[in-house]
Amino acid sequence: MSTAQATVGQVRMQSERASTALSLGLVTTYLTLIVALPIAALVFESTNVGARGFWDVVSSPEAVAALKLTLWTSIAVALLNGVLGTITAWVLVRDSFRGKALVNAIIDLPFALPTIVAGLTLLALYGPQSPLEVRGQKLNVAFTTSSIVLAMLFVTLPFVVRTVQPVLLELDEEMEQAAKSLGATELQTFRRIVFPNVLPGILSGVALAFAKAVGEFGSLVIITGNLPYKTQVSSVFIFSRIESGDRAGAAAVAVVLLAISFGLLLSIGAIRHYATRHDRA
Amino acid sequence: MLRLLRTFCLRGVAFLYLAAILIGPLALVFFRTFEHGFRPAWDALSTPETINAFKLTLIITAIAVPLNTIFGIACALAIVRRRFPGKGLVNAFVDLPLALSPVVVGLALFLLYGRDGWFGFLGEHGIQILFSLPAMVIATIFVSLPFVAREVVPTLREIGDEQEQAARTLGANSWQTFWRITLPAIRWAVIYGVILTAARCLGEYGAVAVVSGRLQGETETATLRVEERYESFDVAGAYAISIVLALMAVVVLVAMTAIRPKEGTT
Amino acid sequence: MRQRRFLLLALVGAALAASVAGAATKDVKLSLVAYSTPREAYNQLIPEFQKTQPGDGVSFSQSYAASGDQARAVKAGLRADIVALSLAPDVDELVAAGLVDAKWKRQSYKGMVTNSLVVFVVREGNPKKIRGWNDLIRPGVDVVTANPFTSGGARWNVMAAYGAQRKLGKTDKQAQDYLLKLFKNVVSQDKSARDSLQTFNAGRGDVLLAYENEALFARSRNQGFPFVIPRSTILIENPIAVLKTSDHKPEANAFLRFLRTPAAQRTFAENGYRPVNKAVAREFTKKFPARPGQFTIDQLGLGGWEKVQKRFFDPNNGVMARIERQVGGATG
Repeated sequence: MSTAQATVGQVRMQSERASTALSLGLVTTYLTLIVALPIAALVFESTNVGARGFWDVVSSPEAVAALKLTLWTSIAVALLNGVLGTITAWVLVRDSFRGKALVNAIIDLPFALPTIVAGLTLLALYGPQSPLEVRGQKLNVAFTTSSIVLAMLFVTLPFVVRTVQPVLLELDEEMEQAAKSLGATELQTFRRIVFPNVLPGILSGVALAFAKAVGEFGSLVIITGNLPYKTQVSSVFIFSRIESGDRAGAAAVAVVLLAISFGLLLSIGAIRHYATRHDRA
Repeated sequence: MLRLLRTFCLRGVAFLYLAAILIGPLALVFFRTFEHGFRPAWDALSTPETINAFKLTLIITAIAVPLNTIFGIACALAIVRRRFPGKGLVNAFVDLPLALSPVVVGLALFLLYGRDGWFGFLGEHGIQILFSLPAMVIATIFVSLPFVAREVVPTLREIGDEQEQAARTLGANSWQTFWRITLPAIRWAVIYGVILTAARCLGEYGAVAVVSGRLQGETETATLRVEERYESFDVAGAYAISIVLALMAVVVLVAMTAIRPKEGTT
Repeated sequence: MRQRRFLLLALVGAALAASVAGAATKDVKLSLVAYSTPREAYNQLIPEFQKTQPGDGVSFSQSYAASGDQARAVKAGLRADIVALSLAPDVDELVAAGLVDAKWKRQSYKGMVTNSLVVFVVREGNPKKIRGWNDLIRPGVDVVTANPFTSGGARWNVMAAYGAQRKLGKTDKQAQDYLLKLFKNVVSQDKSARDSLQTFNAGRGDVLLAYENEALFARSRNQGFPFVIPRSTILIENPIAVLKTSDHKPEANAFLRFLRTPAAQRTFAENGYRPVNKAVAREFTKKFPARPGQFTIDQLGLGGWEKVQKRFFDPNNGVMARIERQVGGATG
């Protein structure tokens, strides 16, 4: 290599590092301003009444009941989404049927509908005046814990579908064809070739679905009847604390919920890191 | 034979899921809007407050979507292609906004920008954040932050960086590599990310409601008008405005899938 | 020389023009921050005010949301000249924040502008024959109410129930036992009054604890049900106050005075609110029958809302917090 080429190489490396630093700097600044600041304010507020006050609110029976309910329903919904969303994405990408474009177009609509409307329609469809009947009885799940899962499913539906779709679209079908020509069955092809590649997408969507379910408020609040200790989720409990003038208590419960969500999100990230270790030679 | 059965099984499961959770509710919204004819829907949509509300929603969406898109792509590139300490934390941090309920987002923004908040002094100098556009934009950006990043990360991992490395050895700089190789490869991820972000911005209610002050004709978004109609027992009107929001989301999807960036060199 | 004279003339001309423009329009904008239900009423009252002499040239910006939300927003800096909220404690919060004068209750009518009552909304035909508070604790009766911790307005429901028992001669302990029995029959505790009405509309429950003005409003929109006013119930009193920080106190006070004139009180009555003006109230006895056992929060001898808030609705130790715990079956 001549000295001129070596210099160009060095300059390029430096500009690479500079552009890395710049983009990283921008990303962290944005994250700090938009995400970290509000969360810091919440953490600070939650300490307003000292460790004792924090613990009193967070360990109160009502807070604990709401937390347990929120967590198990959100986990259930995230897992359901993982399975059903993947199947839906598969059908949308690999299958073809009349009206597919229309179905694809409406997947995101749960987001565009205000949560009041989501709650009202779920109440109308699955509440006491439901037009649907199962075995002669009205399909009425309102005011039960099932209604919580239902409302959460509605608002998280697009997640796994949309994170798996792009991956499936980019997936090179040659590998699958090669496997089949070597005698692999459908199931083996899926398990060994397709699944490991879509897994990061699935896990991404599952993480999003879990986070969203944990924070859901508007669509849940009508159909669940919001009975404390029975069908009241953490987001409504936090609201009741704010309404009662206990900002610090509300912030405390919010912070606990955030910490748990953060932990679970980190775990999902770790699972994905482990599951894709083969890609990093 | 088995293959056909499996196809129908998968299709069946997907249809049942979508019918129960998506299509049923949407059909009901349409039905309820026009149950009593076109009049109530039209009345709700044609008032000046509602039209202003749609304008405000669109303005907020037009600010939040591009910002979150640029951030999302940059963040995904950093997470997948670069090494730096705390990567796992940043990754989890990006999803965290979703875990806050809208009430908590509102509380956090009050704590920051309220009269006795961290930046309360700005109000005394005439810089109005809460109860006007800036807070509404911040809240909307907050709740729609993760989507583009989350879409792009799995796809970036999937496509690998061989093509990018090849481009580099052929003399392309960072920007050329990104624009000609990376971006076309992640186009579907970016498209779906933008669609999700836009839909979320259009439908955002809770957090914006708290920080908007709900000044009629000034800081009411379309979703706040929906609530206003609901409070006034005009359920058809509430649904009508929601349908328009849903249609806007569909328009975004159609537009994005139509103008997807040109394919790379294949 | 000529230039300077021209400049002087121009300046004088500009000053004259500005003063003329200033005198022509009053151009005062009042910001009304109110709770969610009186929107229709104020949409009629504001134009009526603008036709009067003190209201000439006054424009309004209006905001309607849940009472507690509005109090918190004003505390956080939402600019307001007038607050019209659903219960006195929400205004007292603003007093504590230094935004409203502590003497606001010394205005005419103790600072209130409208009244209402807690009523029982029932199904068509009242199949379960619900007429009084004792019917609510019968087995098999499903009660719907808003949650008193997420809805400030729902505290009226709780105090109506408690107060009715005290009016019957029951002791404090017996009245609390009644509340426990009542809440064991509650099948839905929605976050707001409007939501609880929606729940009832959707088919849940046999009786809904609601406010008369909202029940009337729902009926006027063809989405209501019949309602029963129990013999003993609480008089809901809705406060209104001008903020200390208002830049337009004369106009704001003029608006408040207007709201208590007979004409304005009649408009409120047409919108389902009981007038505070006794003379006007007498004109509407058919629409708003007086109930023999009706009482106000102050007449319960508990020290008014200030003491009641702490004793009943403290989220950790209040009477209602304990009752919710017992009903929910939680230990501790």
